[in-house]
Amino acid sequence: MATLNLLVVVCILYVALLFAVAFAADRAARAGRITWLRSPIVYTLSLSIYCTAWTFYGAVGFAARSGLEYLTIYLGPTLVMIGWWWTLRKMVRIGRSQRITSIADMISSRYGKSNLLAVFVTLLAVIGTTPYIALQLQSVTLSVATFARNDLTTTVVPDRDSTALLVAVGLTLFTILFGTRNLDANERHHGVVMAIALEAVVKLFALLAVGAFVVWGMSDGISATLARIDASEIAEWRVPGSRWVGLTMLAAAAFLCLPRMFQVMVVENEDERHLRTASWAFPAYVMLMSLFVVPIAAVGLDLLPSAANPDMFVLTLPLLAGQDGLAILSFLGGFSSATSMVIVAAIALSTMVSNHIVMPIWLYATGGSAMVSGDVRSVALRARRLSIAGVVVLGYLYFRVSGGGTALAAIGLVSFAGVAQFLPALMGGLFWRGATRAGALAGLLAGFVIWLYCLFLPSFGPSVVLPQTVLDHGLFGFSWLRPQALFGAAGMDGVVHAVMWSMLLNTAAFIIVSLLSFPRPIERLQGAQFVNVFQHSGTRGSWTGGLAQSEDLLIMSQRIIGARDAQAFFSAAARRQGIGGYLPEPSPDFLQDLERELSGSVGAATAHAMVSQIMGGATVSVEDLMAVADETAQIMEYSNRLEAKSEEQARTARQLREANQKLTQLSVQKDAFLSQVSHELRTPMTSIRAFSEILRDTEELSASDQAKYASIIHDETVRLTRLLDDLLMLSVLESGQVTLNNQHGSLSAMLDRAVAATGGTTEALRIHRDRSTEDIHLHTDLDRLAQVFINLITNARKYCDAQEPELSISAKNDNGILIVDFIDNGSGIAMDHQDVIFEKFSRVGDLKASGAGLGLAICREIMARLGGTITYLPGQGGAAFRVSLPLEARLAAQ
Amino acid sequence: MSGEAGPVFLQRRTYRRRRLKDAARLLPFLGAILFSVPLLWQGTPEAPTRTSSVMLYLFVVWAGLAGLSAVISRHLDDDQDDDTHQGDPPERP
Amino acid sequence: MGNTVLLIEDEPNIIEAISFILARDGWQVKTHSNGHDAIRAVREHDPDLIILDVMLPGKSGYEILEQIRADPDYGEISVLMLTARGQVKDREMAERAGVSRYMTKPFSNADVLHAVRALAGP
Repeated sequence: MATLNLLVVVCILYVALLFAVAFAADRAARAGRITWLRSPIVYTLSLSIYCTAWTFYGAVGFAARSGLEYLTIYLGPTLVMIGWWWTLRKMVRIGRSQRITSIADMISSRYGKSNLLAVFVTLLAVIGTTPYIALQLQSVTLSVATFARNDLTTTVVPDRDSTALLVAVGLTLFTILFGTRNLDANERHHGVVMAIALEAVVKLFALLAVGAFVVWGMSDGISATLARIDASEIAEWRVPGSRWVGLTMLAAAAFLCLPRMFQVMVVENEDERHLRTASWAFPAYVMLMSLFVVPIAAVGLDLLPSAANPDMFVLTLPLLAGQDGLAILSFLGGFSSATSMVIVAAIALSTMVSNHIVMPIWLYATGGSAMVSGDVRSVALRARRLSIAGVVVLGYLYFRVSGGGTALAAIGLVSFAGVAQFLPALMGGLFWRGATRAGALAGLLAGFVIWLYCLFLPSFGPSVVLPQTVLDHGLFGFSWLRPQALFGAAGMDGVVHAVMWSMLLNTAAFIIVSLLSFPRPIERLQGAQFVNVFQHSGTRGSWTGGLAQSEDLLIMSQRIIGARDAQAFFSAAARRQGIGGYLPEPSPDFLQDLERELSGSVGAATAHAMVSQIMGGATVSVEDLMAVADETAQIMEYSNRLEAKSEEQARTARQLREANQKLTQLSVQKDAFLSQVSHELRTPMTSIRAFSEILRDTEELSASDQAKYASIIHDETVRLTRLLDDLLMLSVLESGQVTLNNQHGSLSAMLDRAVAATGGTTEALRIHRDRSTEDIHLHTDLDRLAQVFINLITNARKYCDAQEPELSISAKNDNGILIVDFIDNGSGIAMDHQDVIFEKFSRVGDLKASGAGLGLAICREIMARLGGTITYLPGQGGAAFRVSLPLEARLAAQ
Repeated sequence: MSGEAGPVFLQRRTYRRRRLKDAARLLPFLGAILFSVPLLWQGTPEAPTRTSSVMLYLFVVWAGLAGLSAVISRHLDDDQDDDTHQGDPPERP
Repeated sequence: MGNTVLLIEDEPNIIEAISFILARDGWQVKTHSNGHDAIRAVREHDPDLIILDVMLPGKSGYEILEQIRADPDYGEISVLMLTARGQVKDREMAERAGVSRYMTKPFSNADVLHAVRALAGP
């Protein structure tokens, strides 16, 4: 017979092992050796806190009472897990991208970081979880008592309450020690997770060992066991469809909503890919956990006295067979189940309580300034430790008050139904952009009230909280308000009834109020980020910079996440912005990141409140409103695109029109040019032909006439040749195929050359020069420049209409630019002709001239090639042309 | 993408991946249906449906679902999170 | 019918050539060399036939032709037009303006004589 003392020793050793494992894991994590600590298998095992003492002990009791019905509790989570692609993937992604610390934080964050919602969810979670913690304490005391009864060496039956108290104190210590090492929930609790993974292995191994012993040790193998099942009270498959389906759905919902499940599944998740492994490993785990439940129940029912508590079969069967070692192992399994649940639930709830209730109150009480008053970090840690103690104490008190009378499974289902009320708000928040804070509040309130009235209060038994009259005749005597037959739905199973009505009305209120209410901008912003988390995991948020003092933010952050981390975070942000030092610009991006960083420690709502205090309450900017209205933005973008498109089309059309105009113009110019060329060629040809015919056909011409006509023919051919030369030169110049022959020379020599080429200074044109100004050295294509000068002197000779024509040529060097002016004393060129004189074939005035009107056009082309200009100078008393040319050789031509 | 035959191969891969995602989505529904099947087994007063046979059926289905989930999630690519991306980028050549 | 020809032309060499040819054929040749006061020259010389260049300084041959056609006294006079532009549209413009005969430079002296004779007509 196992002694109670041995049990206590083993138990203390086991607890010491857990502490050692947690401590070692924490140290390994701190030293950076966390790869093996956070494998997908550890993640899966940590999920097994779903299997509490309720599973370990209660499942067998459940099966002994209702056959296979207990399986629903595991089938629900199995379906959720194999359907991870739908929900869990999204929850984990959101949890990581938004640095979610708890389910209350998730819901509050989704609905505009509403602290009211967070408080409500927290309260509901505490109310729903407290009985469950009591349940764990009860299972430990029950199992200890079971051992004590079997221990013949002592008649001392340990006090129920003191056992529970001892366990509660131990758990509180463990949780505080390993659960509040880090304030930041995103810095995972490696020690805790490792310890509960170990406990997961122990409880599975213990249950499998007991099961194997029962099947092969007490019942002669599988077929004999099956036969024993067929012969037992639970041989018949008699599960009502409503309970089978209803409880499966309830378990699935609770699996997603339980604060402790959220803690291990989302908050403690190290890597999204771990979900892949968990998607099959967790169903396999719970399948193994429930594999031997029915055989144990059947054998227990068969072998143990009918008065024996079926909840303790797992323990009493090995004891009955005298297998003390197996019994102790079994006890450790149950102990593991209970403790791991309490630890994680306490961490999850304390995070919620401290972040959403204690911290806001403290912030409010200290005048709302996170900067001025003390160290936020230590306050937050203290709040969390107190919360852990408070949660466990609450569970203990519930255990004391309730007296632990009801069957374990019943409490479990009540608790499940309570937390399942989060489901509509949670799922709606994940998948429906239209879900609003008001809707979530309304749904939660409706579900909570109905759960309280129909399931939670009646669960204490008749006349404990609810008077018997209310149970029988309804509230205020309204029979349709009977807690277990709401709206006349009598004859239903109590749990299914309550779950149906609460979920139905919860969902209805959530949807209807969401449809009727209008979300605030920040709600819409968060809604878009949650629902479309896969499209923009890194979306930008709700802060606009400007007013915030970065220094104030740093001071505050140091108090929350610690000086070292805060400084590292700030300097990294500053570096990203291209600034040195520790103070980045309070840009929206930075504030968003900071808020997320802080929310990892104190929750989204509190972090938001803290940052907004420093930001002076400037929460959502116009730009954010635009971003929130994603649809609007998309529509705007689309219409912008359309606009751009039509603008582009208009631009193209305009370009085409311009090109067309240019072509038309060119065509007109070409026609005019051809017409001009034709005219210029035909005119001298006419004279040539006419006079050559005269010479040929006229016999009695005088010798002088013959000579005269021959010389006319000669002059005209010279004119033709010159015209052709000019045309060719112009064509070459215009096509740009000019090879410049740059030489050194002086301006004075060039002008001499030009004057000489045009016949020198004569009576027909007196040329005045100031040689002292002409001593300028040139490096350019001297021949072409000389051509320009020649053309200008020729023009003056041709067109100067003064009585005594004079041309004065003056030169100067104006800051490296050679300027040569040619000014005659004629009547000049009328204003309206000045801009056309450089065009081809433009001849101004009615003066007879032999030129074809190409001279100035050629000058302009040459000067362009040489990198200079030729312009008409108005207001000089006569025709005046200015040639300017940079003396530095930066020439336009190749 | 590299090589001449690359695109064809990748397209097929992409197609396979899409179907795998479909399978991952449908798996819970398959499970729900299979788990509900025993509700149809009413039995008769003389020969009621036995707990042991239902139990065997459920555990076989359970193990099958876990196995199926293992196969599917193992072959789902890591970076295939973004459901809305039309053209799935090729990950490894 | 008289034998006075008014030649309105701005190229001195062409004036000399046509004057020589027509004078030798017994015509009395008057000349005028710009467009501005061409119509006054017409009144002054009272010709039987006008030879008109298209490109004249001051006013184009077409405009002068239109003025002549609009003139009550000389509206019916024969006008031989000479042009150095050989394009179809130039000829069309001349015909619209009411030209009697149209010749493109360069011309042969014989053609000019024939044309003048034909226009001075019966």
